[in-house]
Amino acid sequence: MIERTPIFNAVTYAIMLGGLLVVLLPVWMAFTAATQTVEAVNRIPFSFALGDELLTNLGAAWQRGDFGTKLANSFILATGVTLGKVMIAALSAFSIVYFNYRLRTIFFWVIFVTLMLPLEVRIVPTYAIAANALAPLQAILDVTGISALIAVLSGVQVSLQWNLLNSYVGLILPLVATATGTFLYRQFFMTVPDELAEAAKMDGAGAFRFFVEILMPLSRTNMLALATIMFVYAWNQYLWPLLVTTDRGTYGTAIIALKQMVPNPYGGLPDWNVAMAAALIVMLPPVVVVALMQRWFVRGLIATEK
Amino acid sequence: MEKRAVFRAGSLAYLLILPQLLLVFVFFYWPTGAALYWAFTLEMPWGGGNQWVGLENFSAVLNDAKYWSSVAASCVFAFAATALALAQALVLALFVDRQLRGSKSFRSFYVWPYAVAAPAVSLAFRFIFAPETGLVAFVNQWWPGLWNPSINGAQAMTLVVLCFAWKWIGYNFIFLLAALQSIPRALTEASAMDGAGPLRRMLDIQLPLLTPTFFFLLVINLTESFVGADSFGIVDILTEGGPANATNLLVYKIYSDGFKGLDYSGAAAQSIILMLLVMVLTFIQFRWVERRVHYK
Repeated sequence: MIERTPIFNAVTYAIMLGGLLVVLLPVWMAFTAATQTVEAVNRIPFSFALGDELLTNLGAAWQRGDFGTKLANSFILATGVTLGKVMIAALSAFSIVYFNYRLRTIFFWVIFVTLMLPLEVRIVPTYAIAANALAPLQAILDVTGISALIAVLSGVQVSLQWNLLNSYVGLILPLVATATGTFLYRQFFMTVPDELAEAAKMDGAGAFRFFVEILMPLSRTNMLALATIMFVYAWNQYLWPLLVTTDRGTYGTAIIALKQMVPNPYGGLPDWNVAMAAALIVMLPPVVVVALMQRWFVRGLIATEK
Repeated sequence: MEKRAVFRAGSLAYLLILPQLLLVFVFFYWPTGAALYWAFTLEMPWGGGNQWVGLENFSAVLNDAKYWSSVAASCVFAFAATALALAQALVLALFVDRQLRGSKSFRSFYVWPYAVAAPAVSLAFRFIFAPETGLVAFVNQWWPGLWNPSINGAQAMTLVVLCFAWKWIGYNFIFLLAALQSIPRALTEASAMDGAGPLRRMLDIQLPLLTPTFFFLLVINLTESFVGADSFGIVDILTEGGPANATNLLVYKIYSDGFKGLDYSGAAAQSIILMLLVMVLTFIQFRWVERRVHYK
């Protein structure tokens, strides 16, 4: 369709440029500040001229935030959540879609409901669970009288204890326990033609073989999308790592290290240049991942939420 | 909906779904149940166990003026942030969808706030809008004390809202653009032939067809701003709920009551109230998603 609308086109470009300014400004300003000296960054009005202190500031931020350890932890967290999600969600969606058993609808809803309540809302009890992940089992044993039975029979008092605080498992598992991925796979499995499974069955392939050799290769695009979404989600987690890691030196993630980067207002010139360098370090990895995976991730994001 | 060619259900089916069910049970259902239990009981001091107190925790929360000021702050925040985030994304999506030369390169920039961590962008906003340095500090030079979000509650709220709205441009943009692109070209071409210019087509064709997506995003944005992770991170880095509780959002208050005040029962009661709110919002969303117009 060809239209001549020169004025409206100019308006369009103006608005798109305005949008670009809004979207770029915080990041561009962080970058500019990260290249300047402490004196330059505190000058009023703020100057957008680039300084040559970028490496110094990055180095200072790296050291103050201990980003060597923190970034490694963030990577462990993000990859752990991504891998766990991509695998567990595929398995459970496969079970729900391709097997016919009475509980499947119930299981489906049991998993589905978890979409409704984000971690932030049930943060206090989830923290209590992380302090002892075996508490539910203990309670079940107590209520059913099994632990009393064991105490009578063997004289051993059952007290199960599995502390997840300050561990990678504690960081990762609660973030895997949601339904997002299961849904993405389910929606996709529903669109796979039934004839494929029939043909596989006729050729003598079992359920597991069909899953590994036919269904998984077909879902490659969905897996990439889910992996991107989960990586960004896990990397950007703030509240949960803040609570679970009391031993920040060993298990702290890069995101929670940002808080201590806020300059102290009473300690001379605030060194925002170092703080901005830290912000850049932390925001880079997920931005790179999204930029590389943009095509798949946009499709996947839209499929998960609808 | 049902698949025709299903495999025979054996123990394998249960084995496959077991990991997910275990995780969901331990980290979702059990904590949610614990929250309910705590909300209706009070922990006795010196390990005396929990005593059933009925609705007392709720009435304590609901009779607390601080709670209501937090509710008010949350509402202001949620509606302002949602409105701003959606409005920006809507305008950008409508104009990018005109597909002029170069639109594609603009598009990839508009997506990226989605990937940026909320605490990181909050740190940048804290610098940009700091009263003594940064971009806005010059107003304090010709009118000292005009801008200071660490003292002025309304300004602190503005700052928090701006930060959330920035962060959510990307997400909203992705969905709105996808919805715009699924509008059949025949529709726009037909109205162009009838003499409608691009602006008229936006208002009369594209906007009405966007309503389902728009309502979907409205609910998602509201839920996220009430209970989402980003709200917590933004408040914690930018204001810590201050000044004078002006930005003490509900999701932040649960954290500070529960972990700093160690009032588990009070925090649990607040959690239950928020859960109800999210359920209502989700219910509304389902009504809308069900009624979604399919224009494929």
